[in-house]
Amino acid sequence: MDLSYSPRHEAFRAEVRDFLERHRAEALTALLGVDAGTARERALAWQRLLIEHGYAARTIPKEYGGHGAAPDLLERVILDEEFNRAGVSRGIGGQGPDMLVPTLLEHGNEEQKRSYIAPTIRGEIIWCQGYSEPGAGSDLAAVQTRAVEDGDDFVVNGQKIWTTTAHLAHMMFGLIRTEPEASKHAGLSYLLIPMQTPGIEVRPLGTMTGHSEFNEVFFTDVRVPKRNVVGRRGEGWKIANTTLKHERNLLASSALLEGSLLRLIDLLERTETESGRAIDRPGIRDRLLRLQARVLAMRCHSLRMLTCGIKGEWPGTAGLVTKLAGCEISHQIAGLAIDALAETGILYGEGAKAQAARTWQAHYMFSLGLIIGGGTAQIQKNIIAERGLGLPREPRA
Amino acid sequence: MDFGLSEEQRLLHESLVRYLEAEVPVSRVREIAARDDGHDPALWSKLAEMGVLGVLVPEAAGGSGLGLLDAAVAATALGRCVAPAAFLGTAVMAVIALREAGSDAQRSEWMSRIAAGEVRIAVAATELFARRAGTGFHAESGKLSGRSILVLDACADAILCPTPDGRIALVASDAPGLGVEPVETIDRTRRFAEIVAENVAPTEWLGGGEARPGALRRMIDAGRVIVAADALGASERALEKAVAYARERVQFGRPIGSFQAVKHLCAEMAAELEPARSLVWYAAHAFDAIPAEASLVAAHAKAHLCEIGTFIVRTATEVHGGIGFTDAHDLHLWFKRVGADRQMLGSPDAAREDAARQQGWV
Ligand SMILES: Cc1cc2nc3c(=O)[nH]c(=O)nc-3n(C[C@H](O)[C@H](O)[C@H](O)COP(=O)(O)OP(=O)(O)OC[C@H]3O[C@@H](n4cnc5c(N)ncnc54)[C@H](O)[C@@H]3O)c2cc1C
Repeated sequence: MDLSYSPRHEAFRAEVRDFLERHRAEALTALLGVDAGTARERALAWQRLLIEHGYAARTIPKEYGGHGAAPDLLERVILDEEFNRAGVSRGIGGQGPDMLVPTLLEHGNEEQKRSYIAPTIRGEIIWCQGYSEPGAGSDLAAVQTRAVEDGDDFVVNGQKIWTTTAHLAHMMFGLIRTEPEASKHAGLSYLLIPMQTPGIEVRPLGTMTGHSEFNEVFFTDVRVPKRNVVGRRGEGWKIANTTLKHERNLLASSALLEGSLLRLIDLLERTETESGRAIDRPGIRDRLLRLQARVLAMRCHSLRMLTCGIKGEWPGTAGLVTKLAGCEISHQIAGLAIDALAETGILYGEGAKAQAARTWQAHYMFSLGLIIGGGTAQIQKNIIAERGLGLPREPRA
Repeated sequence: MDFGLSEEQRLLHESLVRYLEAEVPVSRVREIAARDDGHDPALWSKLAEMGVLGVLVPEAAGGSGLGLLDAAVAATALGRCVAPAAFLGTAVMAVIALREAGSDAQRSEWMSRIAAGEVRIAVAATELFARRAGTGFHAESGKLSGRSILVLDACADAILCPTPDGRIALVASDAPGLGVEPVETIDRTRRFAEIVAENVAPTEWLGGGEARPGALRRMIDAGRVIVAADALGASERALEKAVAYARERVQFGRPIGSFQAVKHLCAEMAAELEPARSLVWYAAHAFDAIPAEASLVAAHAKAHLCEIGTFIVRTATEVHGGIGFTDAHDLHLWFKRVGADRQMLGSPDAAREDAARQQGWV
């Protein structure tokens, strides 16, 4: 165990603080969730600035537009801490930078890496993840959307659903059945699909938050060049699982949890009723302390997992629990905030009075979506039990 | 920079577990636990020989001069094997108290005896967490009087008795004026006692009897991390037992571990355990390396590990069905080990309230 800050790290922290101080005006506020729709120009400018300083895409190789730094645990901790403390956004993340880019780095060919990584980390290409279908959710390998060869192209027909940001996306990475003769898992390919291609129709779906974060996507004779297959044909299941691994870590990021916890503490210290501050209520305080311990544990857990990653060590069962544990904590943080606001916790209108409740209610609902999305809690438990603990697989129905 | 155990620490854990599993298996634990003093001289000397008792003792005094993370690694192994050894009181809390409050002479004398396995030291600290009428110690003209109702790692040669203002007395167990009454608890792998002191002359007043609240705080922080590590080891083993049983026990023609209700209980235990393991490591590391966070993190580690430990040992018992409820099956030793850990050095809610105080919330 070595978490000592060298003078180099102290200097790095000072540099980050100075950066946040100098750029207070253009800094974006940290928010939960992906909202690529608002103030896009501002978000892109902020992202460019972050990459330029190496505060985003820090470890992405230079030739693909990143900062090219070697992975360094403490630098990452410092960035998390300082941005959280300032309440400032870490820049554009989500499906493209956090899920597709690591997948391409692992499985993409040189041309794909050169074409897509740089504009993706800059936020210029927005991606959506086309996995789920009406008949293929938890049983993801049951996808039916199919692609048939025709010259240099595939022709795609079928439907995806729950596709987050498809209404804004330029590209989709999708899981498509290309080998109808092969077995369920061996018949899939990982395809990069331009969303402007004729034959694609996107229909937004309203969600419980009152917004339309996700969509249905319909494909009618959509032509996609064969060179857009990542990895080999029929390898889609393996590659999709690489993306899912990154998604699960993203959804339960301990930096996000820490940021939420800081905002929760701030709320509890400020929210006053006649009987005092929310934090003075013993029941509320006890719940806060339980969550604080959990967030701290997740922070330590994430440092441990990062260390395993850097050293190339297999983390075992510990590597499978992040999504299940983290998403639940996030939901509970929001739940406590709402309770602290008591009756006014249900406000959901526009305007300043409703702002705290509205934000936390949206967080509460959105985090429930994250408990379901990316593989439900029950599926996570199956994975932990079967792959981690070696319990027998489900007998086939 | 690196978050995890070193090669040496993994080795320490491995060799300690290997020794305990071979030489102090559960059948032997039960024998030792059935004795009045609950003590096994052979085990104790082996722990001295392996450097476990002197893990925190400086090399100059015959110890290994290591840090609290190394001690936590040892405690995890001891908890895992429900070892009947008074490690917490002697090798951790007494050593930290001596280090923080003792004079040079007291340190070198007592620490070298601890490292050599020549002395066992109990800790009478319950009253620091929950004062009950008529309990606690006070000092008058160098003499100690008072009562402590739940001394940890009792059946020792001497007892550390702190006063609320932070003076620490080391009292011989057979000192005139001291009454020691063994107390039976759920956990027979460790010993507890109630003691009454009437004008007892301590063997030592650490540091000449000056009030040292900071030293007490350090002693408690270290103790809490070690209790958390003990609960970690015990929970880890209880989970493994549940998983092994779920794979082998067949009902309805299939292993019960293929039923999701059972499988998901196991997954929930693992999902609680793994992040908590990282928290224990961090708390132990912080004790030596990040003083500003040490107390808060120790309180959180203690509370959290005992909460998830409680969940794990009860769930592991459930997975075992009826057999888990029997005395003949060993699982209840782990259940009770965590049960005792949970109440020591401040129950989870007391530890959380302490964490709240440290952050200015009460
Ligand atoms: C906010 C949000 C965003 C999303 N974004 C995307 C996206 O961008 N791209 C994308 O492709 N998908 C996305 N999804 C879809 C998501 O991945 C699926 O909803 C999820 O995998 C569950 O599939 P399902 O909805 O078909 O539910 P089902 O699979 O029908 O599950 C219903 C219930 O049955 C349980 N269940 C199913 N199978 C089992 C089993 N074997 N064992 C135990 N329990 C089981 C589930 O746990 C759940 O409780 C998103 C979902 C949400 C909520």
